[in-house]
Amino acid sequence: MNAVLFASDLPYWLQSIFRVLGGLVAVLLPAGTVVYLFLFKMLSFMQSRLGPMEAGPYGSMQLFAEVGKWLQKEDIVPANAQPEARIFKMAPLIVLASTFLLVVVVPFGPDALFTDFETGIFYALAVSSISVLGILIAGWASANKYSLLGGLRAAGQLVAYELPMVLAVIGVVIQAGTMNLQQIVVAQNTGSMFGWDGIGNPYVLTQFVAFIIFMISVQAELSQTPFDMPIAESELVSGYMTEYSGFRFLIFFIGEFATAGVFAMIASILFLGGWGVPFAWFGWTTIDSVDNWMNFAGPLILFAKMMALVFFIMWIRFSSPRLREDQLQRFAWKVLIPISLVNIMLTAVLKVAF
Amino acid sequence: MFPLSSTTDTPTEAPRDTVREAELARILEALGAGVVDSLLKPNDDMWIRVTAETWRATAEKLKALGYTYFGYVSAIDWLPSPFGKSEDDASGPSGERDSTIKQGYTGGDTRFQVIARLVQPFTTIGINIKVDVADDVMAVDSWSSVFAGANWHEREAHEMFGIGFNGHPDLRNMYLPTDFEGHPMRKDFPLLARIVKPWPGIVDVEPLPGDDEEEGEAS
Amino acid sequence: MTMLGDRQQLAYIASQAADARVNVELETEGMTLNIGPQHPATHGTLRIIARLDGEQVVWAEPSAGYMHRGYEKLTEVRTFPQVTALVNRIDWLGSFANEVPFILAAEKLMGVEAPSRAQHIRTILFELSRIANVSLFLGDLGVQLGAITPVFFAFRDREYVLNLIEGATGGRFHPNFDRIGGLKDDLPAGFIDETRIVMKKLRTFCDQIEDLLFGNEIFQSRTRGIGVIPKDVALSYGLSGANLRASGVDWDLRRDQDIPMAWNKTDFKVITHPDGDSFARCWVRLQEVRESTKIVDQLLDTIPAGPVMAKVPKIIKVPEGEAWVSTENPLGEMGYYVVSQGDQGPFRVKIRSASFNNISIVPWLLKGVYVPDIITILASLYFILGDIDR
Repeated sequence: MNAVLFASDLPYWLQSIFRVLGGLVAVLLPAGTVVYLFLFKMLSFMQSRLGPMEAGPYGSMQLFAEVGKWLQKEDIVPANAQPEARIFKMAPLIVLASTFLLVVVVPFGPDALFTDFETGIFYALAVSSISVLGILIAGWASANKYSLLGGLRAAGQLVAYELPMVLAVIGVVIQAGTMNLQQIVVAQNTGSMFGWDGIGNPYVLTQFVAFIIFMISVQAELSQTPFDMPIAESELVSGYMTEYSGFRFLIFFIGEFATAGVFAMIASILFLGGWGVPFAWFGWTTIDSVDNWMNFAGPLILFAKMMALVFFIMWIRFSSPRLREDQLQRFAWKVLIPISLVNIMLTAVLKVAF
Repeated sequence: MFPLSSTTDTPTEAPRDTVREAELARILEALGAGVVDSLLKPNDDMWIRVTAETWRATAEKLKALGYTYFGYVSAIDWLPSPFGKSEDDASGPSGERDSTIKQGYTGGDTRFQVIARLVQPFTTIGINIKVDVADDVMAVDSWSSVFAGANWHEREAHEMFGIGFNGHPDLRNMYLPTDFEGHPMRKDFPLLARIVKPWPGIVDVEPLPGDDEEEGEAS
Repeated sequence: MTMLGDRQQLAYIASQAADARVNVELETEGMTLNIGPQHPATHGTLRIIARLDGEQVVWAEPSAGYMHRGYEKLTEVRTFPQVTALVNRIDWLGSFANEVPFILAAEKLMGVEAPSRAQHIRTILFELSRIANVSLFLGDLGVQLGAITPVFFAFRDREYVLNLIEGATGGRFHPNFDRIGGLKDDLPAGFIDETRIVMKKLRTFCDQIEDLLFGNEIFQSRTRGIGVIPKDVALSYGLSGANLRASGVDWDLRRDQDIPMAWNKTDFKVITHPDGDSFARCWVRLQEVRESTKIVDQLLDTIPAGPVMAKVPKIIKVPEGEAWVSTENPLGEMGYYVVSQGDQGPFRVKIRSASFNNISIVPWLLKGVYVPDIITILASLYFILGDIDR
C-alpha cells in the first residue's frame, strides 16, 4: 500500500472529517442519481410519459426542487403520537443511520476505504438490520393502525429475508475464504477459472444461485415491489410512512434509495468484483501492486456496477405487482432458505474438492 | 343489408307472447290465492300484485320456479307530490293540487307499495312483484332470508320510505345520518333545493332535428 | 342461510367455529380498521369497516352513502329529457351507457322507437363507454395490486376512446347525447375511420395488459382463489355483469334480451369463466374489452343510412304506464323502473345500479380473508362510487 489517498500522516481529526464527507458523498450521490435516473426518468419512459422536464435540462434539477419542497413543509406530529413525539421523530434517523453505517465497510478502491474490517460483510449484514428497528419504531410511534400494520409487516418481512441473505453470503465467504470485503474483491479479481484469468473469477458465475437469492433478499430488504407490503400505497397507504411529513418523510425517502444504492454496492462487491478490474489485465498480482489510479477509477467502476444492479432492482419494482404477506413468508422460508442451504453445502463440498 | 330508413311512428301491434303467458300461468298456479292481480304486456314484462301475508312466500315460490336472479326491492309512494309537478311553473298560479292517489299497473289499495323484480336467468324473463303496505302497519316481511341481495335494498327502502321489513337482520340507515328525521323519498318530503330556489319551469326546450317544419302540430 | 349451498354452509360454519375457538384460546381483542372513506383502494368515498384478528378479517361491512346525491328524488322534479343529465353521473366512467336504458324505458312508454341508424350509433357509443370504463379498470387493477405501470397505459389508450366520444357527442365524460326518439346529432365526419384505428389500438392495449398483468405469476397468485363467489350466491345477491359471468353464469343482456339496440345484429362471444374468483372477474373483463372492440368494428361496417331522430313531439309527455328496461352496462345490469302518470316528468324512477348489488356481497365475501385480499376483492368486483350511492 504505497499509494495512499487519505495520507495516513494526516491528523486523526482531519481524516475523520474526510471520512464523514466521503460517507455523505457515498450515500447521497448514488441516492440522488438513482432517484433521478430511475425513479424519475426510467419509470416515466416505461410508462410512456416524459417525467420531469421543467427543472433544469431534462428535469435534472428536479430532485433539488423536490428536496426544497419537502424541507419547506411542516413537520407534523400526530396528536396521538404526541406523548412519544421524541421516538416518533427519531425513527427516520435510525433508518438513515443504518445506511450510513452500512457504507462504512464498502471499499471503493485499493486504498479508498473508510475502514478495513476483517469481518466486514458480517458487520454489514448486522447493521443493515438496524433499519428494521427504525421502521418498527416508526410504525408503532405513529399511533395509526395502518402504520402499525405496516411496521409489523416490515419487521416480519425483514427478519424473514435477513436469513436467506446471510445464507447466500456464506457461499461467497466460503469461496473467498474471508469475510473482509476488500479481500473478497481481490479474491475475485485475482482469481481464475480453469486457469484462464481474462475476467478473473467474479462470483456471479460460480455463486449464481447465491447471487439471485441475494438480489431477491435485497429487494425484500428494501421493501421494493413485489415485496413492498410494509409500504403498500394501495392498501396500507404507505404503511409506516403514513404519518410522516416534510423533512422526516424526506429522510425516509432518501433512506429508501440510498439503501438501494448501498446494497447494490455490496452486491457488486460480493458478486461482480467490486471496484476492481481483473488484475491480470495490468499484470497486478496482489492488492499491493495495484496502481494508484485505481483509487480514482475504482469508485467509478463500482458506481457503474452498482447502477447496473439498481437498474434491475428498479425494473422489477416498476413492473411487477405485490405479493401478499403470507406468500412472501412462505417464499422465504420454503423456497429461498432451503435453496441457499443446498448452495452452501455444494459450495463447501466443491471448495474442499478443488 | 338493412333498410335505409326504418322510422316508425307507432310500433306494430305486438303478437301474442306465448312464452310469457305460459310463464304467468305457471306462476299464478303456484302462488294461488296470494295473487291479487296480474298483468302481462306481450313481449314486454309481467306484473303481479300479491297480498302482504304471502309476500315472503312469493319470493320462495318464485325462487323455486326458477326466478333465482334478484333484481331489486324498492317502494313507490303513490301520493301525488303536494309540491307540484316538475313542469309546473313556480311563478305561475299554484292552483288546487290533485291529491287523489292513482296506482299504476295491477292497482292497489294503499299509498305505499313495495315493488321488487326477479328474473329467470338465461331466459331473461322477469317479473315485477308488488305488494300493498298498509298505512297502519307500514311493514312487510323481509326477503333477505330468501335473497341475500335484498338486505341492502330493504335497508334503502326503509330509510327512504319508512317502510319496515319484518325479519330483516339489520335495518340501519344506509345513506342518511342515524339521527336524520323523515323519509326523503316520500312525496310529502320537501326537496329543499326547490324551496330555497324555485324551479323556473320549462324554459329550455331544445329544437329537435327534423322537427323544424311541423312545429305546431306536435301534441 | 338458505342462500348458501350445503358445501359453503358447512365450510362457513366450520370457519366460524374455528375462529371462535381461536378467539377463546387467545382471548385477543380484535382491531377495527376503517378502510376509507378516504382510501386509495376505494377510489371514491366508500368506507369499509373491518374487524381484524391479526391481519385476518373477522367481520367487514361496507358503509356507503358518502356520495348519495338523491337522483331518484331529483328525477321526480325533472322532465324526461332532463333526466339524462342526471343519470349520466351515476357511473361516471361509462356515462353514455347510463342514459340508454332510461331513454329506452321512456321510448317504450311512449311507443316510440329510434331509427335504425340511431340504434346503431347508440350501440357504438355504448360500447365505446364500456371500453373507456373497463380499460381504466384494467389499469387500476395493477395499481391496487402494486404494479404502477399498467395504469398509465390504460389512461393513454382510454384517452383515444374519450376523444372519439367527445368528437361525436361534445362531452368527454358526460355526453348527454341521447334523446327520446333518437340522438341529438349524427356522427361527425371521419368518425368511422378514426374509430377503426382506435379499436386496433385498444386491442393492442389488451394484449399489453394481458402480458404485463395477467401473465404475471405474482398477479395470478394474488388473485386466483381469492374471493370465490359460487353461482347461486351470485344470483341471490343479484350480481351482474362480469362478476356474474365470472361465476360461470352464461348470461349477457346484450345477447339474451330483445331491446331496440343493434347488438343482435352483431356476432360476439359472451365470455364466461368457471372459477368465480378475482382472477376470473378480471379476466372476463379483459376479454370483454376485446369483444367490445369487435362489436364496434362490426357495427361500423353495417351502420345504415337514415335519420337519427324519430318524430317525437316537441314537448314530451309520456303516457301513463310503467316500464322496466335494463341493459348490460360496463359494471353490470343497470335498469330503470320508470313510472309515468302522463306528465312531462316521471312519477317515480327506481334506479337499479349494478354496483349497489355487486358491493352488497362484500360482507359475505370478506369474511376470513387477509387485509391485502380486501383490496384484491374490491378491485376485482369493480364498483364505482356513483353507481353505489346514486
